[in-house]
This record gives sequence, C-alpha cells and structure tokens, in this order.
Amino acid sequence: MTRVLEVNGIRKHFGGVKAVDGVSFHVDEGEILGLIGPNGCGKSTLFNCILGQLSPDDGEVRLDGKAITGLYPSQLNRLGVSRTFQLLQVFPNLSVRENLILAGQEHKGTMLKRLFGPRDAGLTPDADRMIAFFKLEHLAEQKAGGLSYGQQKLLDAAMAFMAGPRLVLLDEPAGGVNLTMLANLKERLQAINRELGATFVVIEHNMEFVMSLCSRVVVMAEGKVLAQGSPAAVRADPAVVEAYLGH
Amino acid sequence: MTRKLNPTLLIVLLAFPILWFAPAGLKSYGLYVVALWLVMSIAAMGLNLTLGYAGLTSLAQGAFLGIGAYATAILTVKAGWSLPASFLVSTGLSFAVGIVLGFPALRVKHHYLAFVTLAFSVVVFLVARNEEWLTGGVFGLANIPRPVLFGIDLGGGLAFYRFVLCVTLVLTLVMWWLLHSPWGRAFLAIRENALRAASLGIDIRAYTLLAFAIGSAFGGAAGSLYAPLVEFIDPAPFALSASFVLLLTVVAGGAGSFFGPFVGAFFSYMLPELLRATGGWYLIIYAAVVLVLVMVSPTGLLGLIDRWRDHRSQRRAATIRAAARPTLGARQGPQQGSAS
Repeated sequence: MTRVLEVNGIRKHFGGVKAVDGVSFHVDEGEILGLIGPNGCGKSTLFNCILGQLSPDDGEVRLDGKAITGLYPSQLNRLGVSRTFQLLQVFPNLSVRENLILAGQEHKGTMLKRLFGPRDAGLTPDADRMIAFFKLEHLAEQKAGGLSYGQQKLLDAAMAFMAGPRLVLLDEPAGGVNLTMLANLKERLQAINRELGATFVVIEHNMEFVMSLCSRVVVMAEGKVLAQGSPAAVRADPAVVEAYLGH
Repeated sequence: MTRKLNPTLLIVLLAFPILWFAPAGLKSYGLYVVALWLVMSIAAMGLNLTLGYAGLTSLAQGAFLGIGAYATAILTVKAGWSLPASFLVSTGLSFAVGIVLGFPALRVKHHYLAFVTLAFSVVVFLVARNEEWLTGGVFGLANIPRPVLFGIDLGGGLAFYRFVLCVTLVLTLVMWWLLHSPWGRAFLAIRENALRAASLGIDIRAYTLLAFAIGSAFGGAAGSLYAPLVEFIDPAPFALSASFVLLLTVVAGGAGSFFGPFVGAFFSYMLPELLRATGGWYLIIYAAVVLVLVMVSPTGLLGLIDRWRDHRSQRRAATIRAAARPTLGARQGPQQGSAS
C-alpha cells in the first residue's frame, strides 16, 4: 500500500519541555488515522510541525516519499496537504460559495492567469458540487458568518476538500458540535473517504467519534507514541488506559 | 449564471457623464479643485488597497505621489518626453519602489510598518529638497507642460480636468477588476485571517508585496497627473503631512469600501476649499468635523451608511420575529412531543 504521509522521529522542545519527543508514524492511502492522547501530550505541536506552522528540532516529514519538512503552510497546501483548525476558521464576510472558491483558487493556474481569468477562477461548479455534498445548498449565497456553528463546521471541512487534497488533517472536528450535526459530519467524512479515496488524519478528544470513524489509531502521551493499532486493540491496551485514567 | 451589471460598476458608469458635464461652468480655480479631488482619489484608492483590503498601515503614499510627480516633471521638462510615456514610467517606477518597500511589510505589521514607511517618506522628501541637480531643490521644477493628446489641446482647465477624469475612470475600472478577481479575494483573506489563508495555499509573501506595490503604483499614477495639473512642483506637497492626510482620507472615507477614497478625498481636499469662505475659521471647523467623524463612525463616512442599513435590516428582522412569536408558541407543544 502507498504511504501518503511518513513522520520519522519528529522532535520539538520548548526550553526544557519535550513537547514532541521522537514521534514516528505513517498514514496509508485511503486511510482515516486517529491521533489521540490526553491534554498536553503534544498532539497539536506535532500537527503544527507536520503542517509547517512550527519547524521541528529534529526528524523529517515525507509526503508520497518526498521530504516536506520545513516548507511554508501555503506551499504544503499547494502540494496537496489540507487542514482544518481546532477553532472555526471560515471567512465570515464571504458567502459560503466564495469561501469554497477561495479554498480552491490558489490551485488553479498561475497568479497572472487568475488575475485575468474568470472572477471565480472557474470554480463555481466545483464549489456547488461541494456545497451539495455537504448539503448546504440552501445556504450557498449566505454569508458564512450568519451560519450556525455546526453549519460553519461543515463548511470548514468542505473547504479542506475543495482542492482535491492528497491528505487532510482535521484538528478536533467534533469540538463543540451537537450530536445530530456530529453524526452528519461523521457520515460526510466517511462518504468522502469512500467516494474520493481521501486520506485523513484526525486529532480528536471525543473517543467515541474517533473509535467509530478511524481504521487505525495512534495514541500519544508525554510527547511519545504510546500505542498504535486498531481502535479495539488500542482501547484494550493497559498503557493507554493508564495514560487516560492516571496513576 | 446570468450576466448582471454589478451595482458598483453601475455607479461608476453613471457618475462619469455627470462628472464630465457638471463642472463645465466652473472657473479655472474651481476646475483645479475638482481635478485635484480626482487625482487624490486615485492616490487614496491605492492606499485603500494596501490599508483597507490588505490591512497594511502605510505612511508612504504621499512619498509615492512625490515620486510619480517628480518622475513625470523630470521626464517631461528635462528630457522632453510625452506625458503618456512619463505616466507609464512614473507608475512603473512607483510599482518597483513599492515592491522594495514591501519587503519590510513581510516582517513588521501595524505601527511598526507605519514607522518604516514614515522613515521612507522622510527620505523621499529629503532627496526632493536636497538633490538640486535633479529635482531643483526648494525652487522646484516649473513649466510642466500639459500635452496635446490625439489632437486635443489639454492646456485649458476644463480640457485637462476631463483628461484627468478619463484616467480616473480607467484606473477605477482597473481597481474594480483587481478587487473582484481571485486576487481581491486573497487580499481580503490575508487581512481577515492570515493563518487560515496560508493553510488554503495563499502565498502571503507574494500577495503582500503585490498589494503594496500596486497601491504604490496608484500613488505614482496620481503624482504623474498632479505635476501637469499644478504645472509647478516643489517638495512641500509631498512632505510627511501629505501621507498623513492621505491616510486620514482613506480612514474617513471608509477603509476597505470601494468608494471610500472618493468620499474621503472630497472630505480632505474639497471640503477645506468650500470652508474657505469662513475665513480664518476653516481649519478649526475642519478639525472639529474630523474629530466628530472619527468618534461617531470609526469605519468612515461609508461605514455610517452600512451601519444605518444593518440597523434597518435588524429592526425589520425583529419585527418579523415579533410577529412570528405567537405562532411559534402555539406550535411548541406538539413539536416537543414529536421530538424523540
């Protein structure tokens, strides 16, 4: 199976704090990998190292076998690494459709072509397909700021898929979403994984969400990988139980 | 999608004939003031791109006005170039200098960027004042010609005003095109949330430099029209205060709104002339108006209209909600019952 993402020995220290201390894992094509761990275990720091927000002290990140360590977030995105944020990050003053066009436009042609080309960078059909996929049709023209929290969360996720990414990293997609919307979000993510063969990494606190969505789970504690494997195997692992429940 | 004429574009196309004919009866001083309003609107449009759309605080627009004006004056007076050629070179030169000055904008933001651009303004002013061999120093450059274009003599006040109006129209359409292209969307995204913009593949460095350079090019273009408009230039109109007034123009008009620069420039460059009738009081009245405006509406004059519109739609929504309340109350019972 093709390895989309490989993370080898990533290390990031802040002063004496070993936030991430030699983490390695990989993501296969078409997989939904869960990354879990108690608060402060270094998940977000690891995410930021992979995504170019932080540069790791040591180690390397490979996308389809090519080293991508230390690239800018915008460069990574254009190589096909897409993400969502823990807190909502849609553009409230743009319409739902405009948000999606924005999410795809930098992947279309050169800057000059975009300036003289069509106003929507030819992305209206793609945006409308994505709107239909996430069932936001009735909101297409609305400003994103006027949507409910759950709807914005769906839009946020839709934006991550707009450019047909190779890999999507979702940072706590279930945070603050009500149960109905959560089921809807999970169902849409599974559908996109099935239909487009998209590959995800999901950071999440909601164990039930992770266990039912992911095919494989990596558990982190104190900056290291504690366990990895199928959701059932990880849940049964005594080390994992101890990390979550304390000593 | 159906092709509908954009309301912004409609206003531009309606305003053009009005502005073409309306000042015909004015005397030469009146024509000069109206033309100055248009020229400063161009400079403010450029600053509105850097400040209002891309969110970069610049105190250098007066300096770019100066670069454009001096480049045009030197090229037409000393080198005998035509105005169109000088205009293109002045605009291009400002664009190039804007790119160079844009590099600090990648590193520093807000007040710090304001200081960097302020230092640049002072340097440009000092060059204009001290390099006499090039700029004529404090004596300036005189007899800047107004050209004959396509057989039309632009020497007269009205003819030159109309020429300025045509250039303003073209530059306004260029700005409209730019802001409604994917670039405009990228500028806005960077201003609102740079982190998210970068995660969507938007190259912050490239777009920031471009916003700065294009804004500066508009400043240069305005300067290039300013020189033949006043026919004589010296360093004084391009001192630091010019940059401050342009910043005020953009903020007073409404930073980030398309017509803000025109409204703001009316406020900064025409209102003082209208208030001149009050004798020695006009600066005090003007200052009071600025103070009140900044306190009442920090989002500028056009922001005032937006707020009024928001207020009205909110009141309308409240009325609808109030009317709907009894019905909702009646339905609440069965709805709760059916929910599982």
